[in-house]
Amino acid sequence: MTETTDIPGNDLELLRTMRSRNNQSWHAFIRNRTGMTGMLIFLLFVALAILAPWIAPGNPSAITMNILIPPNSHYLLGTTAEGQSVLMQTIWGTRSTLLVGLSAGALATLLSIIIGVGGAYSGGLVDDVATLFSNIFIVIPGIPLMIVLTTYLHHAGVGAMILVIAFTGWPFGARVLRSQTLSLRSRDFVRAARLSGEGTWGVVRRELFPNMLSLIIANLLGTIMYAIGAEVSLQFLGLGNINTVSWGTMLYWASNYQALLNGAWWWIIPPGVCIGLIGGALALVNRSIDEISNPQLAMSGRSKKRRLRRKLA
Amino acid sequence: MTYLRRRLLFYLIAFWASITLNFLIPRLMPGNAAEDLMMRMHGKVSPYALKALESEFGLAQHTSLLTQYGQYLVALAHGNFGVSITYFPTPVIVVIEQALPWTLGLIGVATVISFALGTLIGIWVAWHRASRWDRFTVPAAMFTSAFPYFWLALIFLYVFGFLFHWFPLAQAYSSSLPPALTVPSIIDIVYHAILPAFTIVIASLGGWILSMRNNMIPSLQEDYIQLARAAGIKDRIIMYQYAARNALLPNLTGFAMALGFIVAGAILTEIVFSYPGLGFLLFQAASNQDYPLLQALLLIISVAVLLANLIVDLLYGRLDPRANRSGG
Repeated sequence: MTETTDIPGNDLELLRTMRSRNNQSWHAFIRNRTGMTGMLIFLLFVALAILAPWIAPGNPSAITMNILIPPNSHYLLGTTAEGQSVLMQTIWGTRSTLLVGLSAGALATLLSIIIGVGGAYSGGLVDDVATLFSNIFIVIPGIPLMIVLTTYLHHAGVGAMILVIAFTGWPFGARVLRSQTLSLRSRDFVRAARLSGEGTWGVVRRELFPNMLSLIIANLLGTIMYAIGAEVSLQFLGLGNINTVSWGTMLYWASNYQALLNGAWWWIIPPGVCIGLIGGALALVNRSIDEISNPQLAMSGRSKKRRLRRKLA
Repeated sequence: MTYLRRRLLFYLIAFWASITLNFLIPRLMPGNAAEDLMMRMHGKVSPYALKALESEFGLAQHTSLLTQYGQYLVALAHGNFGVSITYFPTPVIVVIEQALPWTLGLIGVATVISFALGTLIGIWVAWHRASRWDRFTVPAAMFTSAFPYFWLALIFLYVFGFLFHWFPLAQAYSSSLPPALTVPSIIDIVYHAILPAFTIVIASLGGWILSMRNNMIPSLQEDYIQLARAAGIKDRIIMYQYAARNALLPNLTGFAMALGFIVAGAILTEIVFSYPGLGFLLFQAASNQDYPLLQALLLIISVAVLLANLIVDLLYGRLDPRANRSGG
């Protein structure tokens, strides 16, 4: 197989600038306050999930006699109707929610890449069928489908839940990645690489992916958000394994024990706030990626205004 | 092919696909959900009804998949979805007919309010970009849309229903006042719908604000906007009639995606408020493993979402003449 060095100098130049632009984006991301804040919050939850046995040692489901105790110095977030520590359950719950969220998000993104990029790159009938499939799955509402699938599975385990969520979470990403592939496919440097005899996989890996990376990451984060929301919803409905500790099952038990009507707000607030924080954090990261690739959207419109004023003057 | 014909063809295919998916799910899922169901129903149902259940789930081994598919399509065409287990022996179609108006009313009104309000706020913050309001609205919109609908529903229920006693805790109407077309009954129904509708509006508002802002900003950079400004046309007219009109179109195309999320969120909101719509019914069907009802609900919800998308697409074709020309 011929190496990429064979392509005409002009395109090589373009290739280099595109690659270095990727590098610059990375630096821009590190300097971007919005994005870094989001990233830090997200990593904090990942650390919490990994370190749960050390931060909150013990069994989070252990039943005690101290039921429905409001937050105090011993139980920082109070207790459940079965006397479990809400703080401990929230910390341990991070594990299952993140595990399902990250795996289902990654799997769905992989499907989006295979169907979106694969379809667009193959073109012709393959692309038509792939596009039709994505468009149909976009309009079929996900949650009802997931509810039906998990009901058939009878208290779906972690693996089944990941598969069900990934199965409904791929189409939007496939559509976005497809249009990006189509626009890249017709660029000169990709054409040159193909003409120089590079195989399909080589072109995809060396020419397409480096230029789609930010889009793929943005899509991955969006899908993880979707997967976390779906997992929490299904667990809240009691369609997963209700004996595991997760944010969704916490809310399931809380509403089963009528926590709010007993005034036990401390049981409901923590899991929801955590979901909101993770979702918000991922949205912040996504926004900063958006801002870097599309500077018009940035909040600080000052330089733009100045330019505009100069133009008008 | 014209835009209209292409879209109609697509929705026909999507319609067929969701019908077929609905047929395949019970036959492809592992385990023997249907046999469990048959066991539970034995002795409670007439042999004739058992036979009907059997064919519905493809348990009758002697018929081929294709024959079963044919029978399924014929039953569908007659609006025959079988009998609900939860509300035995009421036919599924009757159960759904009773729940449908509540969901259509709740989601319909809440979505329209949320879309209109979100679009207006989006226009406004895009116009005042980087102002104090913009700096507040964008992160606020991002965080409110990150919370699950059902969690917001729980919180609103606690604060406005339980603590303040402003709104009822559940149901769509008072049990003492059956729904009717009288003034007190309508007031009662609206009163019960406010909190669930408020939940859906708050949870979906952020998405509309952000997407409208994102569409509005590039449209504000266009030359014709600068020309209008230079010509001294009033800001209000530039904002709404020049920029927002063009920014609204891409927002409409995002509707398909957004509607899926709103429907999903509304289903869970209904469950929290015990609101007697399709979402609450779906939850009951799932809890009781009422497969005939479950399947019919999936189909009805999918078709309703397809129809809503079709309407938006038709509207889009009307609003953007370019859509009819491209790809002709």
